[in-house]
Amino acid sequence: MRFLRQVLAIVQKDLAAELRTKENLSAMVVFSLIVLVIFNFAFELQGVDITVVGAGVLWVAFTFSGILGLGRSFAAEKDKGSLEGVLLSPVDRGAIFLGKAISNFIFISAMQAVTLPLFAILNNVALPWFPLVLYIVLGTIGFAAMGTLLSAIAASTKMREVMLPILLFPVSIPLLMAAVKLTVGALQARAFSEVALWFNILILYDVLFVVVAFWVFEYVVEE
Amino acid sequence: MSKVSAPLLTVEKLDKQFGARWALRGVTFSVAPGEIVALVGPNGAGKTTLLRILGTLARPNAGRVFVGDIPTLERANAARAAIGFVGHQTFMYDDLTAWENLNFYARLYDLPNRAQQIRAVAARVGIEHRLNDVTRTLSRGLQQRLTIARMLLHDPAVLLLDEPYTGLDKVAADLLDQIMLDAQRAGRAVLFSTHDLERGLAVCDRAIILKAGRVVHDLARGAWHNLAGFMEIYARVLEDRK
Repeated sequence: MRFLRQVLAIVQKDLAAELRTKENLSAMVVFSLIVLVIFNFAFELQGVDITVVGAGVLWVAFTFSGILGLGRSFAAEKDKGSLEGVLLSPVDRGAIFLGKAISNFIFISAMQAVTLPLFAILNNVALPWFPLVLYIVLGTIGFAAMGTLLSAIAASTKMREVMLPILLFPVSIPLLMAAVKLTVGALQARAFSEVALWFNILILYDVLFVVVAFWVFEYVVEE
Repeated sequence: MSKVSAPLLTVEKLDKQFGARWALRGVTFSVAPGEIVALVGPNGAGKTTLLRILGTLARPNAGRVFVGDIPTLERANAARAAIGFVGHQTFMYDDLTAWENLNFYARLYDLPNRAQQIRAVAARVGIEHRLNDVTRTLSRGLQQRLTIARMLLHDPAVLLLDEPYTGLDKVAADLLDQIMLDAQRAGRAVLFSTHDLERGLAVCDRAIILKAGRVVHDLARGAWHNLAGFMEIYARVLEDRK
């Protein structure tokens, strides 16, 4: 219970700080919307079927704007040494990871909640909310987990803004491939059996990323 | 007070290396309950590195540290619960209020009666009327007071303070002295580093002089008598190029 209370304390602290400034979330949402609008203009001119390319557009918007939020996740902790304040406390390092990962998941999900309806409006498509939202949530879990770990690594480097995408994108390729394939399946209303393989891959990577990041995090934040 | 059977600090043969450079070499000393020890030395002597290792923020290459009978390397979280630490940075979140910051740390320490404890430490350091202010709006001195409040929040047995007088005006520095003296009376162990020798020596029972990562002097108060006497010893240490 103590572990969960500490996780909750970290999540609520991140939410309180973000609700006060709204800096992170607003930057993520604006960036995501810009990506949607640019792609919309490009594809509209060429008459591309949005159910084919829409998944790619969505995940480009999610991952690139997600990177913005993830980048700030530990940079903000480092600025005034507050991460050290947390590390001085009798808190399991796994609780710190989970707290930060859950916060990042919430911020990315909030950005997605704005992005998805706009995507539907801009492209004039009726979104199949189920299973689309399920696939996006599953993709975001793994992305936020690995992003949180790599954000902690990148925050310790001099070029942290550059370092995070360099580290995160290559590692996330299998997860993003599965998420995109599943999103295509959802947009084209395919049967689950046609995308079951990608669903299993996505679950596998979610579990892998969360477990690995949870165990490795201690060695990343400790000197 | 935190549940430490013998609240004292023991440092045994501590070594710390950064690349080819030794930051600490064979540092050994202890701080008894009710003792205030000043850690002094020139820049680069290893004071901050030593305090960071004692605070569990860094790991030594060799040696051991005990808080009471708790080995800090093997049982880090138990040791952390008994350590209060003030470092060069405030450890505060700029966008949260002073209250939110203290409440956050109180939750990490899993303290009961958090509101009562926060009000008590805030009053102790004189920031009770600024608890609802966003931290970034507080002056450097008030932020340092908030940092000291955070250190006291969980009623630790061992207080570690790295240059704690930084940013404090005279009133606040006097208050910090009083907090250290109160900790002494309560049987806590206090270790602090400072370049303000006059103020530091006035409050401590012992002074440890660190140079190039080694303890070159461990002096009880009687060994120097007054500031001039200590400065004589200290000047000899600084001049000695070995």
